Amino acid sequence: MVGAACAYYCSLAGLRVTVVERGAIASGTTAACEGNILLSDKEPGPELDLALLSSRLWREAAEAVGAERLEYQPKGGVVVAAAEPTADGLRELTAVQRAAGIDAVDISAAEVVEREPNITRDVVSGAYYPQDSQVQPMLAAARLLREARARGATVLPGTEVTGFVRDGRGAVRGVRTNSSSAPVIHGGSVVNATGTWSGQTAGLAGVPVPVLPRRGFILVTEPLPRVIRHKVYTAEYVANVASGSAALETSVVVEGTRAGTVLIGASRERVGFDRSVSLPVLRKLAAQAIAVFPFLAEVTLLRSYLGFRPYCPDHLPVIGADPRAPGLLHAGGHEGAGIGLSTGTGRLIAQVITGAEPDLDLTPFRPDRFEEAAA
Amino acid sequence: MSPDTNPVTDQGSEPISGPEAEATGVSFQFRFDGETVRAENGQTIGAALIAAGRRSWRRTRVGGAPRGVFCGIGICFDCLVVVNGRPNNRACLVEAAPGDLVQTQEGAGHDDLAC
Repeated sequence: MVGAACAYYCSLAGLRVTVVERGAIASGTTAACEGNILLSDKEPGPELDLALLSSRLWREAAEAVGAERLEYQPKGGVVVAAAEPTADGLRELTAVQRAAGIDAVDISAAEVVEREPNITRDVVSGAYYPQDSQVQPMLAAARLLREARARGATVLPGTEVTGFVRDGRGAVRGVRTNSSSAPVIHGGSVVNATGTWSGQTAGLAGVPVPVLPRRGFILVTEPLPRVIRHKVYTAEYVANVASGSAALETSVVVEGTRAGTVLIGASRERVGFDRSVSLPVLRKLAAQAIAVFPFLAEVTLLRSYLGFRPYCPDHLPVIGADPRAPGLLHAGGHEGAGIGLSTGTGRLIAQVITGAEPDLDLTPFRPDRFEEAAA
Repeated sequence: MSPDTNPVTDQGSEPISGPEAEATGVSFQFRFDGETVRAENGQTIGAALIAAGRRSWRRTRVGGAPRGVFCGIGICFDCLVVVNGRPNNRACLVEAAPGDLVQTQEGAGHDDLAC
């Protein structure tokens, strides 16, 4: 998704773009997520600034290309607290978020039920976030690439980057691929937007970028009528997103989709790229979701899927030019927020390449910050 | 009395007698939208419906197109039916049982939950 957004905004800026995709379009983490565009799970800081920019750009993109073509749904988010201490924490969070520019409304248990009639009555209080929204991520990535192609971009699926082209001064001026029809692709700038595999790609240029996988499972129910109106999650989710623990963490994130299926997440585990299915994790996700939406106990699951969020040690993405390899830019490491943060990232990358003033200060996202921290 | 002549009162729990039953093993009946359908031991609801000459028994939620067994192995979720009041059963996987009440599924089958 991030790569598609970079292609979209670079082509809008008048750049000539070639997208090199190892697999099929949107075949990485984009195909293994929920399509969240969330402000509600962000705390004040650089990530929230990027989320606010991205949220606005998603709305503009939906207007420009058609909301239905992205399945863009500005449905709003509801966060629920099931116990008093959690409710206190949630109220503190919304106060801080309001000060930072998020539209966050404290709501009572009765108001939670009014917004979500199928929710458990064991709710203490909640928060309502009108800005939270959703896209169908694969559809959105394919649509943004189509828009880029309409502006002259070339998209090469099934083509893997195997190395970088350097000029006489050592600057990156293109990529080498495994394709016989396009073994070398030249360009004034190269953007590494390879998601959870950004670290490996950066390694091909000899510049370490510590992006690592954080595994998550999602359950998919049978298609239902509209049974859940918003993106609904428990207040524990915010704590888990920001956690530094490697152990399994789960919290409830539930939402409906245009197709009628309900998606149930979210688990977080640091187990490398292990794709084996963990029944205990699936069971835990199901049990937690039933606790929030009791009707789910009578609903059948169609399947589950898993994906690998790309995370950096400080939970911030890597965005911008890499001073260690002139000509190379990075746009990765967005952890579980890549869909939501992709538009802002794409816009910033286009601004850096064209020499325009970036909408945000890129200092917190600079690719070489980890070496400084280690030194 | 043959079950065929009195499908309404017979709830299908009686094995069918006669030469046909001897040829195919134990047969019984279930109800589909008020009609009697004959099934053999171990046969799925979908197989019995096909054997009874039905090719489709549901319409899609959006386009209203007819659907019956497509993959036949539980993957495509096209052959959904309501079995004994429970929606979203895959007819190709659920074994028919004597006296089952099977119904055409309307929409997603959980309209009561819509909000």
